[in-house]
Amino acid sequence: MLIKTPDPIKPSQITDKQQYLNRRQFIRDTTKFGMAGALLTSATGLILPAETALAGTKLSTVKNHEFSTDEELTPYDAVTSYNNFYEFGTDKRDPASRSGKFKPQPWSVAIDGECMKPGVYDYEDIIKPHQLEERIYRLRCVEAWSMVIPWVGIPLGDVLKRFEPTSRAKYVSFTTVMRPDEMPGLRRDVLRWPYREGLRIDEAMHPLTILTVGLYGETLPNQNGAPIRLIVPWKYGFKSIKSIVKIEFTHKQPKTSWNISAPHEYGFYANVNPEVDHPRWSQGKERRIGDFLKRETLKFNGYGEQVAALYNGMDLRKHY
Amino acid sequence: MAPSGKKPLLFLACSIPFCLLIYNGITNNLTANPIKEITHFTGEWTLNFLLITLAVTPLRKITGNNALIRYRRMLGLFTFFYACLHFSTFLALDHFFDWAEIVRDIVKRPYVTVGFTAFILLIPLAVTSTNKMTRRLGNNWRKLHRLIYLIGVCAIFHYLWLVKADILPPVIYGLILCLLLALRSPRIKFKSRKT
Ligand code: HEM
Repeated sequence: MLIKTPDPIKPSQITDKQQYLNRRQFIRDTTKFGMAGALLTSATGLILPAETALAGTKLSTVKNHEFSTDEELTPYDAVTSYNNFYEFGTDKRDPASRSGKFKPQPWSVAIDGECMKPGVYDYEDIIKPHQLEERIYRLRCVEAWSMVIPWVGIPLGDVLKRFEPTSRAKYVSFTTVMRPDEMPGLRRDVLRWPYREGLRIDEAMHPLTILTVGLYGETLPNQNGAPIRLIVPWKYGFKSIKSIVKIEFTHKQPKTSWNISAPHEYGFYANVNPEVDHPRWSQGKERRIGDFLKRETLKFNGYGEQVAALYNGMDLRKHY
Repeated sequence: MAPSGKKPLLFLACSIPFCLLIYNGITNNLTANPIKEITHFTGEWTLNFLLITLAVTPLRKITGNNALIRYRRMLGLFTFFYACLHFSTFLALDHFFDWAEIVRDIVKRPYVTVGFTAFILLIPLAVTSTNKMTRRLGNNWRKLHRLIYLIGVCAIFHYLWLVKADILPPVIYGLILCLLLALRSPRIKFKSRKT
């Protein structure tokens, strides 16, 4: 009989970063080669692991163990080269290849709506008072693929409280920056720009929800939503809005971009839910980037223990 | 060079996308999600070849060069070849022969249903592409091969129904298909044909 004991030490704690990046990269290369091999039957060649460029600035963080998963990390290279960020183009490669002109600093965020301290705050003003945490979360895209990413961020609730939301603040709405000169995808109205997302106030205040400024211990690359983005790990990736320039407390449920674009396909809640299919594809399974076989998708992306109570009494088929 | 002498060249040209796919596979250049990338690449090239095949007759009409007809079969068979790659990717890589899931997809997802229809309809055309079959079927061969128009329409809806937000590429492909079908109309005549 095989007895499995949970390993309390995470790989990232015992291996230095570059080393584990290389190892993950190697694993990914070999899996990919295997896939190509399956198709091509005969293929020989030398595979050199691609250079993993680390362009960001180091951030000093403490690791949050309470909410982090110890699943294998998706390699840095994959996290930063396979993105949905339509402001730079609709191809998964566009955000990495077409975001070179984007300037994430200096940056400020406008705080508005039902709160006592609205105003325009510099990036530093927002982040400085807080301790940055590393949190390793699963990310589940609505397109049925997933990653495991070590984000760096702060609980959104802690930040929002500083602006003193009033009792009328029932929702929080977020807006992405719009800079056509730096974001070539904005030239075409694929979605209604600027990109907008929203959360119910209790979702925004939930300790799992983070305002994110980095990944893999460094500042966010442009393609991942520099310099400041949202991460809501129990919802489909499109809820985790990137490059935020405006946060507004609202009384009414805010309009959100994908919901405007296709209301019967993308709801306001967009909680990961294998029981409710996208009208055009199944949400029952997902492919973890780097894996060959798909795996079962978990309800609330596996964060049900923490967040299911937020939706007590709600029909999640109706509120998809 | 005699037209038939160009056939090996055309064969090589038609193989380029396939070689590119192999090359990108070996050099680890199929994004972090290679199965999706292979699906998209092979799907796109199936559609490209379908439209190239459908362009032969209008081109012949416009240029008056009847010799072009000699290349049509090879182009059609390459369409089928890329469709087979595309479908095998779906079966073997995407679903890894999970038959229950495969059948569910084909039945439940309209974009897969029409894609599957297009693929199934391509099979009799590929099978009857030999000289022998052409001769044996006689006039029925022409009737049978008109299925390619329906296949084209299915392929466009397949693409249109699978995109998330950016419908421009399938719309462009759709317009090209409309143009290629319209040019077949006997009401559209070209001067060069008479010369
Ligand atoms: C003549 C037949 C077919 C043609 C011309 C065709 C063409 C295409 C095209 C153009 C794409 C989109 C590529 C892109 O987004 O860049 C695509 C995607 C796809 N096709 Fe096909 N296809 C055909 C048959 C099939 C069949 C038989 C199946 C499976 C039963 C299938 C399954 C798919 C899937 C799963 C996708 C990807 C959808 C996604 O993005 O999630 N196709 N195909």
